[in-house]
Amino acid sequence: MSSDNSKEAIQEHIRVYMMVFGALAVLTVITVLASFLKVSTSEAIFLALIIASIKASLVAGYFMHLISEKSMIISILLLTVFFFFIMIFLPLISYTDNAGVHVPWVSIK
Amino acid sequence: MEIPYSIEEREDTGLINSKLGIWIFLASEVMLFGGLFSAYIFLRLAAPPGDFEYWASKLSVPMATVNTMVLISSSVSMVMAWASLKLKDFSKFKMYMGITLLCSALFMVIKYFEYTSKFSHDIFPSSSTFMAIYFTLTGLHGIHILGGVVVMLYFYLPFSHQLWHDQPEHFTNRVEALGLYWHFVDLVWIFLFPVLYLL
Amino acid sequence: MSSNNNHHDHPEENFIQKYIFSVDHKVIGIQYGITSLLFLLFGFSLMAIMRWQLAYPGTEIPIVGFIFGEGGVLASEQYNSLGAMHGTIMIFLGIVPLAVGAFGNYLVPLQIGAIDMAFPKLNAASYWTYFVGGVIMISSFFMPEGAARSGWTSYPPLSIFENGQTIWLISMIFLITSSLLGSMNIIVTIVQLRAPGLTWMRLPLFTWAQFVTSFLLVLAFPPLEAAAVMQLMDRVASTSFFLPSGLVMSGEIVDVAGSGSPLLWQHLFWFLAHPEVYVLILPALGIVGEILANNTRKPIWGFKSIVYSMVFLGFVSFIVWAHHMFLTGMGQAMSAFFQTTTMIISIPSVVILTSYFLSLWGGSIRFNTPMLFALAFLPMFGIGGLTGLPLGLAASDIYLHDTYYVIGHFHYVVAPGTIFALFAGIYYWFPKMTGKKMSEMLGKLHFWPSLIFMNGIFMPMFIQGLAGVSRRLADGGESYAHASGVLEWNEFMSISAFCLGLAQIPFIVNIIMSLFSGEKASRNPWDSTTIEWAAPSPPVGHGNFDKPVDVYRTSYEYSVPDAKKDFKPQFEK
Repeated sequence: MSSDNSKEAIQEHIRVYMMVFGALAVLTVITVLASFLKVSTSEAIFLALIIASIKASLVAGYFMHLISEKSMIISILLLTVFFFFIMIFLPLISYTDNAGVHVPWVSIK
Repeated sequence: MEIPYSIEEREDTGLINSKLGIWIFLASEVMLFGGLFSAYIFLRLAAPPGDFEYWASKLSVPMATVNTMVLISSSVSMVMAWASLKLKDFSKFKMYMGITLLCSALFMVIKYFEYTSKFSHDIFPSSSTFMAIYFTLTGLHGIHILGGVVVMLYFYLPFSHQLWHDQPEHFTNRVEALGLYWHFVDLVWIFLFPVLYLL
Repeated sequence: MSSNNNHHDHPEENFIQKYIFSVDHKVIGIQYGITSLLFLLFGFSLMAIMRWQLAYPGTEIPIVGFIFGEGGVLASEQYNSLGAMHGTIMIFLGIVPLAVGAFGNYLVPLQIGAIDMAFPKLNAASYWTYFVGGVIMISSFFMPEGAARSGWTSYPPLSIFENGQTIWLISMIFLITSSLLGSMNIIVTIVQLRAPGLTWMRLPLFTWAQFVTSFLLVLAFPPLEAAAVMQLMDRVASTSFFLPSGLVMSGEIVDVAGSGSPLLWQHLFWFLAHPEVYVLILPALGIVGEILANNTRKPIWGFKSIVYSMVFLGFVSFIVWAHHMFLTGMGQAMSAFFQTTTMIISIPSVVILTSYFLSLWGGSIRFNTPMLFALAFLPMFGIGGLTGLPLGLAASDIYLHDTYYVIGHFHYVVAPGTIFALFAGIYYWFPKMTGKKMSEMLGKLHFWPSLIFMNGIFMPMFIQGLAGVSRRLADGGESYAHASGVLEWNEFMSISAFCLGLAQIPFIVNIIMSLFSGEKASRNPWDSTTIEWAAPSPPVGHGNFDKPVDVYRTSYEYSVPDAKKDFKPQFEK
């Protein structure tokens, strides 16, 4: 980051931060508006997660400076993201891919 | 004896210790919140059809939307606080850090009203699995906000300012680490908001 | 980096600063070491009580029988408590803090030529968090509810309603936090503080092992922390994270919201607990590598393959967890997936073990105490690993799951496996830490009976397991007809256990005696090549080394033709 220590470089960064702020505000509005669309649940989930991922990428890339970060950090994060997806999807798949012994919910009340 | 690479970067990795350290910590936090998100998915599948949508409809989307904007703003003011330090403008730093603190307080106040309105309508974590994961996710997120506030206060109040005078670079790096943590907390909310309130 | 100049930088430290709340990695390493060894002894005693019950059911337990009601005989709940706590204490209060907290903290900075860990204060915080977590865990024995008794695996719904679990969960949160802080420190230290010339492929196997282990801890523990919070909420806030609808207890429907999932706990628990077992074995593999190279006077065979295998092992360990869940009704696709990844993960283990065996060929073997333990580790770990194969294959696991076969399998890996490696490490590095040598005679007196009795305890477990005897049965399986032929082994196993306990006495005596009157150890008594042997014995208080460290070559350059002695240390020109 030593090359970025000049006043001009920081001012440039500040410009970027403001643009990202604007984008995030707009995307938040879009997120809420999108929730009113009449789409199926899985489409809604897909849409919401896409928009959230775009917002997250902006925060991570520009506020957290990941866009210019060293490879050691990027590799650790990629590894983490990989395991994150494993942890999300494998239980999900094993729930749906069951040997037919899944007991359906029972309403007692 | 100083531990090397606390302030100057190590040549081959290009990193200072605190930057690597905070990113590894954030990686563990990704897995922590990830565990809860995995729970959300599992519980939604295990619940009766429509159950999650029913309980989610009891949440206030307007309050959460405002909170989303508040938290995004606090993220901006946090990165501006760090940028001010890089420009050696300590009073601007204090101003931006102050704004971040105000936003955080506002977030927690709105959260307080959200929670109490649930409780007053007899809605508790025990009411349904949706409410259980909602309170746990937002509660854990809230604890992380409070943790961040404690550290922000440490940098905002005069305790730490001697370090700015003695080693401004060291101070700046520490604020950068705090900033990374704070942006992460914002990131979690960016996912929490649509998942819990809108889906 | 001469320590003499820095004497003036440090104000005089009082006793508390120097020994209690020290931020020096060596003091913290020793703190971790003593605490964890005491916990290991305690966990062993819990098991000894259980084994008495299994060998001599219905008889009064000697010495401590008065603690348990009803004539000094264990009630089932008490047996279950001892079982759950034995597992928990041995893993989380014993082995991991010893292997990573003690060995890792003490040796990693020394092996990479650093003056301390990257974050010394965080290091102290991680020890004290562990200490508090340990106190909380042990305090559960003295609470009105008693200690946890739902197995170290804490499966709901039982764990939601059983006694003692709340304190267990709170303690785990402290222990997990401690682990996270510690492992984060180790990673940053290894990446950032390596001495000049110490490139990645020149790192010793011990440090590589600690590096991979720390990644496992950083990424695998948090989901368990999340799950522990959820289980805590189920217990104290009446949530239904893990409680299904229609749950009936004692003939009545449980009054909770329901529609939770017990399987969710299992997924999140095993997501950690599988990488956890690699956390238990990797440091041991690292220690064995060091000691084999040193005592064969040869470079380790296949060093690069071992490094790649350790990394690959760590990576794959995250995608095998549901082999602990083959009996939960998963479909064929997922069962096949996890069975495949489990078979794949045996490959790096075999590569490492084979490389170690091959390293012995043509070596000038010195049979000192650390080497004896390291050598014994090899076949013991081999048995442990091989007996894991039928468990990793779903079809055979259906029969063997939750039987004594499983207990035999994992104890072989951890007990005559990891613990032997840790013993080897203690004997090997004791001279460096204390400046004194340990007695070889007492060391051998510790080794031989330990090896014999370890096998005496755990080999018959395979017999019992194959006969179908389930684990966690307070009566040892007496009430089941299929167990009748094999329960006679219980007495043999229990006597082996008591004798194993006695065999540790020479070890304890050795440590204490050597501390006070052991022969003085030189800087490099084993003629070793790695950087920790460049420091004085014991290393300099703040700063470790008395001259700057530069690294000139790889870590195991033994039997080098043009060397003065039969080795060229990494740190000498």
